[in-house]
Amino acid sequence: MSEEIKTIKITIDNITIDVEPGTTILHAARRIGGDVTPPAMCYYSKLEGSGGKCRTCLVEVAAGSTADPRPMPKLVASCRTNVMDGMVVKNITSEKVTDARNGVVEFLLLNHPLDCPVCDQAGECHLQDLGYEHGKASTRYQFARRTFKREDIGPYIQLHMTRCILCYRCTYVADQITDKRVHGIIDRGDHAAISTYISKAIDNDFSGNMIDVCPVGALTDKTFRFKNRVWFTKPVDAHRNCTTPGCCGKATLWLRGDEVFRVTARKDEWGEVKSFDGKTGWICNTCRFETKKTESWTIEGLSNISRHSVIGTNKYKTLEMPKETIKEVMHGVEPKLLMDIHSVSEVNNPTVHLSDLNRSAHSSDFKK
Amino acid sequence: MQSLMNAELKRINTMSRKLLLEKAHVEGIRHYDVYRREGGYRSVEKALKMQPNDIVEEVKKSGLRGRGGAGFPTGMKWSFLAKPDGVPRYLVCNADESEPGTFKDRYLMEFIPHILIEGMIVASYALGSNNIYIYIRGEYDWITDILEEAIAEAKQNGWLGKNIQGSGFDCEMYVQRGAGAYICGEETALLESLEGKRGNPRIKPPFPAIKGLWGCPTVVNNVETLAAVVPIINEGAEEYAKIGIGKSTGTKLISACGNINKPGIYEIDMTISVEEFIYSDEYCGGIPNGKKLKACIPGGSSVPILPANLLLTTAKGEKRLMNYESLSDGGFATGSMMGSGGFIVLDEDQCIVKHTYTLARFYRHESCGQCSPCREGTGWMEKILLSIEKGKGKMSDIDLLWDIQRKIEGNTICPLGDAAAWPVAAAIRHFRDEFEWHVNNPDKCLTENFGLRHYADPIHVPV
Ligand SMILES: Cc1cc2nc3c(=O)[nH]c(=O)nc-3n(C[C@H](O)[C@H](O)[C@H](O)COP(=O)(O)O)c2cc1C
Ligand code: SF4
Ligand code: SF4
Ligand code: FES
Repeated sequence: MSEEIKTIKITIDNITIDVEPGTTILHAARRIGGDVTPPAMCYYSKLEGSGGKCRTCLVEVAAGSTADPRPMPKLVASCRTNVMDGMVVKNITSEKVTDARNGVVEFLLLNHPLDCPVCDQAGECHLQDLGYEHGKASTRYQFARRTFKREDIGPYIQLHMTRCILCYRCTYVADQITDKRVHGIIDRGDHAAISTYISKAIDNDFSGNMIDVCPVGALTDKTFRFKNRVWFTKPVDAHRNCTTPGCCGKATLWLRGDEVFRVTARKDEWGEVKSFDGKTGWICNTCRFETKKTESWTIEGLSNISRHSVIGTNKYKTLEMPKETIKEVMHGVEPKLLMDIHSVSEVNNPTVHLSDLNRSAHSSDFKK
Repeated sequence: MQSLMNAELKRINTMSRKLLLEKAHVEGIRHYDVYRREGGYRSVEKALKMQPNDIVEEVKKSGLRGRGGAGFPTGMKWSFLAKPDGVPRYLVCNADESEPGTFKDRYLMEFIPHILIEGMIVASYALGSNNIYIYIRGEYDWITDILEEAIAEAKQNGWLGKNIQGSGFDCEMYVQRGAGAYICGEETALLESLEGKRGNPRIKPPFPAIKGLWGCPTVVNNVETLAAVVPIINEGAEEYAKIGIGKSTGTKLISACGNINKPGIYEIDMTISVEEFIYSDEYCGGIPNGKKLKACIPGGSSVPILPANLLLTTAKGEKRLMNYESLSDGGFATGSMMGSGGFIVLDEDQCIVKHTYTLARFYRHESCGQCSPCREGTGWMEKILLSIEKGKGKMSDIDLLWDIQRKIEGNTICPLGDAAAWPVAAAIRHFRDEFEWHVNNPDKCLTENFGLRHYADPIHVPV
């Protein structure tokens, strides 16, 4: 006799699905996918206790359940609210939600430096995506933005607190997957900050995963900083026999040519670290920071990158290039190459291998 | 100091119906012997002979509502407490009292600490909790000493510890000091702090009644709420419920401050009018220097401010009374709230813009910073209010303020976000012309005040 799993029904933006009891509204919406899924900046399914803070995932509950069909008086955080049988949820079909979410996006960007042009996270930043989808082109904020001093919080990680959205994810990583917790949040309100309190204290085998969970460019990889824009690199899935207990050894290598510029954990379609056989695929610092030769890895193939991501541009052989129209517009005249940049600038000299540097690149590196 | 205290106590003695402060003037009431001689701990004797559930029923029948601010029916809260087998339950007393304008709990604990201890023992017995924590505001350091002394006295006399008065009921009581954060008065932030963590409010549900301190079922009550259990048990729920009107039963402590002749703590029976409370000699004694009443925040800094006319009469033209229903009559459009009973009076010389800025600054400083609308919105509102106050505001800033508060309200984890939004909303709702005057008179507003204007004029009541 097969055991029958009792499922419950939930309707989100007029789409009804069956889910298991105990599912959150956000997870139910992720099952449907697409626009129906609320954005989530602080929730991280692999980190217990995360979520509820950023308020980007707020949704309207138009009917609580079949048993009690009353609407909920306030918008609720979909990442932390469980589905009830017969619940009716409105996300993009709710004006209240759109209004509140636009407010949240404005709040999140209020003190953000908007320094994307010099931020390593650009191109894979969830705040950038969120701002692009829900933000306005101008700001109503007329005051100086909050700034913090940059801080080195260990040999591999740089903290740029000014960009932090206080999602708390990195503190959960510190609590849940590293053995010595040395960083957390000090102060409160708009002066709250991530800190190790004592500078440069983070040093343990799994600290690098904080970089992967950080939705913005507040925590960045010091061995990768400023070496390349992420969309110029090519992500491939690779694995190695890692001996660090707890490390899954499965990673994404970010290549340019044969050079490994960066190693990260593998991400799923929601931007979270992927699970393998039910276990989250965290990687150790040895894999991440110290294994940067392609020979050390078995490359499985190109990583699956969303078609809409800037990272996916210009890289894939099967990609159909749009028709070049310059010649037509110019009445048959070919564009003329006026200057080869490498003939006048030493910067980014293709013969200098940036991945061999264990730090940021400086102009002096190219003056050899 | 001593003479000031005596004057304060004498004033309390001359007032009408009192249950909590009845004995506040008795010499030495702070100590066990005098307190007991004056009838103290009778409610524990009585309660220990009752069934715990009957005590909960009594409290339900009394109509007692939480005195910490939200006014939630206490008996109902107690009946929600989960009672799984083999899991301890906790009673926690919220003595964090940090709402600007509120200082009533301090008075109770400082002068009659035993009434709180007595009420808590009864409550703890009713709830089946063997451990009580008092979480007290860090700045009240001298009161911590008073409480600990009183607890030791109670224990010596067999009201705490093992097998209390031979009933078989065990109960211990501990005092824990906070470290100076208003947010730790929010019940779940309080529990986090009590567990030794950063005082961030928890995401609810689960509510403390199911998962509270150390993940166990917990009831959190305000100091005054727990003290009120004593007269309820002594006099009986029916007698208690006879005092007051409608759903505002019993007595309420009001801490009155601002531009009044006699600031202090008053125990009222919730039948008197706001007008009587401000002007009668029995209570605030009117406004000093012949000045006129301009505005008032009747229930602590988080509740909406009202102009004089709407404070004294409701929009329906009825006299407004000092109780839960009447103070909130008209909703936020024309009413306010009883809140924690922090009664702040502003006379005609006070500037609403500056006042609102001061409150905004407080909330910005006290936000825990967990959720983005409160963390970012409170700072933004403070900056805009300061610029209007300094004569640098624009007309559009007033609408912007409105829009910011609207986007904070209801969208945060805990009610601090609402508490930061409401004062700004109410100030703009009722005093918009004062904000506009600041914008239009950037120089004058630095040296002069807008004054009373029409804020005390009788309001036209549609028939
Ligand atoms: C920001 C904030 C601060 C609070 N501060 C206090 C406080 O200092 N004292 C208090 O009794 N309740 C305070 N409360 C209310 C408590 O969360 C809780 O509702 C109360 O302790 C319940 O007790 P009661 O039912 O006896 O009123 C605060 C609430 C918030 C949101
Ligand atoms: S540093 Fe990054 S992960 Fe940590 S709280 Fe800030 S935004 Fe979140
Ligand atoms: S509303 Fe404010 S104080 Fe409350 S949890 Fe959110 S940030 Fe913290
Ligand atoms: S993702 Fe739900 S509140 Fe941040």
